[in-house]
Order: sequence, then structure tokens, then C-alpha cells
Amino acid sequence: MTLLQVQGVSLSFAGSKVLQGVNFAVAEGAIASLIGPNGAGKTSLFNCITGFYKPQAGSIRLAGTETLRMKPHQVTRSGIARTFQNVRLFREMSVTENVMSGLHCRTSAGIIESILRLPGQQREETMIRDFAEECLTFVGITEGWDRDATTLPYGWQRRVEIARALATKPKLLLLDEPAAGLTSSEKEDLIGLIGRIRDQRGISVLLIEHDTGLVMRVSERISVLDHGVMIAEGAPKEIQANPKVIEAYLGVEDGEASLGL
Amino acid sequence: MGFIDIFSQQLVNGIVLGSFYALVALGYTMVFGVVKLLNFAHGDLYMVGGFAGFLILSFLSPFIGPGWFGVAVSMVFAMIAVGILGVVIERVAYAPMLSAPRLSILITALAVSLVLQNGMLTITKGQYVPFGSALGFGGVNLGSLFISYNQMILVGVSIALMAGLEIFVSRTQYGRAMRAVSVDKDMSRLLGINVNRVIAGTFFLGTGLAAAAGTMAGAYYGSLWYFMGFLIGLKAFTAAVIGGIGSIPGAMLGGLILGLLESFGTQLPGVGSEWKDVFSFSVLILVLVFKPTGLLGKPEQERM
Repeated sequence: MTLLQVQGVSLSFAGSKVLQGVNFAVAEGAIASLIGPNGAGKTSLFNCITGFYKPQAGSIRLAGTETLRMKPHQVTRSGIARTFQNVRLFREMSVTENVMSGLHCRTSAGIIESILRLPGQQREETMIRDFAEECLTFVGITEGWDRDATTLPYGWQRRVEIARALATKPKLLLLDEPAAGLTSSEKEDLIGLIGRIRDQRGISVLLIEHDTGLVMRVSERISVLDHGVMIAEGAPKEIQANPKVIEAYLGVEDGEASLGL
Repeated sequence: MGFIDIFSQQLVNGIVLGSFYALVALGYTMVFGVVKLLNFAHGDLYMVGGFAGFLILSFLSPFIGPGWFGVAVSMVFAMIAVGILGVVIERVAYAPMLSAPRLSILITALAVSLVLQNGMLTITKGQYVPFGSALGFGGVNLGSLFISYNQMILVGVSIALMAGLEIFVSRTQYGRAMRAVSVDKDMSRLLGINVNRVIAGTFFLGTGLAAAAGTMAGAYYGSLWYFMGFLIGLKAFTAAVIGGIGSIPGAMLGGLILGLLESFGTQLPGVGSEWKDVFSFSVLILVLVFKPTGLLGKPEQERM
């Protein structure tokens, strides 16, 4: 079953073509990666999928539903969550509150219920807190919940971001360079976490990552984007052997080294 | 009267004045928090709130009387009505300007302020309008210090509204969404928060609090005037800056401090009550020069 189907997506800014007729799919239950040299258009494609950029042509479907015309908050509601390259936790909010804010789209209490603090709203608030704490425990953050989130160590902040994305109860989780700035032992934890997100929560994962060693280990399918064009798609072994990919990565023999061969 | 008597009497006056400032400053600071707009029309919404409370009370007082109960009921309706007006103003005047340069929206706010003031000037022909409440003159004597029931109710209602707001912002999902939007709008969208709706909700609450203050001021002082929002708008801005603009506890603290500064400052030798405003705005300038982030404000962090 295809979960995410990207078809013929083209995006340009002021005449420069960022994405050119990109076709791309993520199967339900998959762990997939999107790789490519700097400036290939990976983050732009993420921005199209999450509704921040509006491509000039193409179609993006999540479980059969067109999301291209949706606003970002509607895309999230339909089941896509993402994290950023740089950590973007809300300052002056505790760790738990940051994760609780991820549940906004899954709750019903509006402004009037909240002002009056009706019993239903209070029950919901308890449910939100329990789920947020469960997400934090899941990513391995079991203490420091009441601290201002931006005072946590960097590696922890990245995990809180993943917990917050999980709190939106997505079908598909997009991770934009989740390993950037992590130590090698934190990267091992991340690989384990990505596996558990799929295996235990049934959430498909799509990541952009420059650490190709990590990509090869964690992904089942890899897509390669170069200059806005999808040049290859396949299992890690196939991608490593693909001459077009090696060429895109350096255009020279060193391409093999950078692909972790 | 001895020093202690003057001191405690001015303390009471300062707290009453500070409650008004704080309620109006809250709306200022909340709106600044979510859309980074200095809503110069906010003081005029306080004025409109006063007139709305007056209108509602004049309809209702045959049934529920012109006392505090009638005023309180009128205040609730005025908060809702003027809150909705605040949302309409945001949708019509501010929302289209949110992506324009900051100066454009500031000028729009000035225009909205002029529209509200001059609209009310035309309706009332510039006359003072008696509020029509009958609140009584009772109170409590503590030695030579007199505290009227009206002052107690006014401060009590203000504290209740502020406590309610604080609980709303810190302990409800909608309040968390407001804080999230004020820090990072794009990230909030990615978490499924409807940012436009949260902004509208913030205008509703902020304007509603100004309307509550306007109704209470009308009932307490006994009359309304189309220009009554101008000065309190500036004072509320001062209070918000003292506390740190964008900070909700800061607005409450700033309002209280400003009220106390005014009531004590005018007691200094050689400083009469006609110097009250000079005193306030000198404080504003000093804060802007020496601690522009205010008492509880945090420096703005620009993000990618």
C-alpha cells in the first residue's frame, strides 16, 4: 500500500527550477530516505509535502487524499508530522508543554470550553498530558520534564522534537537531518528509535540525512534527488551500486567513499 | 493625616488605578505577543467597551438594577460584544497587513484608533455620557483609612479576570497554542495549530479584558467620554513596557507598578496630581533607555 504518493511535482522560485517533475512514493510501514547533494531540493520537497510551498504542478497524496491544496495545519491534521534541521522547540515552555502542544490538532476543546474549564476540557487536558508523557518516555526522555525545553542538552532537545512530532499522531513522520550534530552513541540511539517508531507505533518514516552510513543502515528504500530531479530509487545495495548516484555525489571516483562503501 | 494614613490611602488608590492599567495592558501585551503589533486602537476599544457596557446596562437595569450585579452582567455582555468587534477589526484591518512591513500595520492601527474615536465623537457629539449605574457609597474604615466597597469589588473582579487569564494561558491547550504561536508561527502550523484562529482568539480575549476595564471604569467614575481611551491606552502601553512587552505576568506587574508610581509620585513634595502623566511617561522613557526589555521580558530572538 502506498502511503505517500508524489507525482510530477515541479516547483520554481523566480525562474529557477527547484523541483522538476518529481515522482516519489513511500509505502505504508516503510522506513525510507531521501538523499542527494546540497541544494538538490530535498528540504524544498519536504516543504511541498507539508504544505508550506505550493508547487506549480503535480499532485501529493497521503493515503489517497490530495494534500497539495491544504494549509500546513490541515496537512498535519491529515497525518504528516515533521522535524527541522535546526531544533525549534518553543522557549519559555517546559519539555512536557512542548510535547503537549503537538496534540493541539487532535483535541477538540475550543476557546469557550477552555475559558469556562468545563469538565470535558479538564478530562481532555489530563489525556493530553498522559499522552505527551508517554511520547517522552517512548523517545527515552524520562526526566527533566518540567525544565524549560531550550535548556536541555542538544541531543535531548532533538528527541523532544521527535516526541512532539509523534504527539500529533501522524501516519508519516518526516525527519530533516535528525542526526545532525549528534554524537556517535546518540546516532546509535536514533537508529534504534526510528526502528521502534515504525515497529511499535506503526508510523512510516521518511528522512533526509547526510550521514550516508546511517541512511544505509536504517532505510529500506532510498530515493536520490539531484538538481531537482529524482535520479534513482531502490534498496540501499542498489543505490550504492548505481553509477548515476555515485556521479551525482562527487562526479568523481571519491563518490564511493562518500556513500560509505 | 499622618504619614502612615497618607501612605496607606495612596496604596489603595494606586492598586485601584493599577488594576485598570493592568487589565488594559494585558490586551496590549497579548496582541503584541502573537502578531508583534502595537495595537494603538486598544485604548479606544476600552472606550467602546465602556459605551457597550452603558448601552447594555441601560437595557438591563429595569430588570436587574443599576447596582454592581447589573454592572457585572453588563460587563460580561460588553466583553463578548467588544471581543467580537476586536476579532472583526483584526480580520478586516490587520490580517491583510500581517505580511506587509511593520510600519504599515502600525499606521493601520492608528487609523483604526481614529475611526473608533471619531465615530464615538459623532454619536455622542463630544458630550460626557452619564453611565447610569448606582453603586452606593459604603465601605470599611480601618483606623483613618477608608476603603470603599466599590474599590474592593473593582480590584477583586480585576484579580479574578487576571487569575482566569493566567490559568487559561498556562493550563489549557488553547493557551499553550497561544504561547506556541507567539514563539514560532511556522512550527505551530506544523503541529496542526490553526494560527489564524489562535490570533483571532487572542484579539477576542485581549479586547474583552479592555471592555471589562472600560465598563468598570464607567461604573466607578460615573461617566463616559469618546476620548477616555486615549490616555489609558498610552498608560497601558507604558505598563506593558515596564513589565516587558509580550509578557502576561509583566503586564499585570507593570500595571500595578505604574498605578502605585502615579499615586505615590504625586504625593512627593512639590509634585501635584497635575504632574501625574509627566511622571508616568518619564518612567516610560527611563525604562526604554535603561531596560528596554522591561522587568519580565526576554530579549527577542530572531529565528530562521
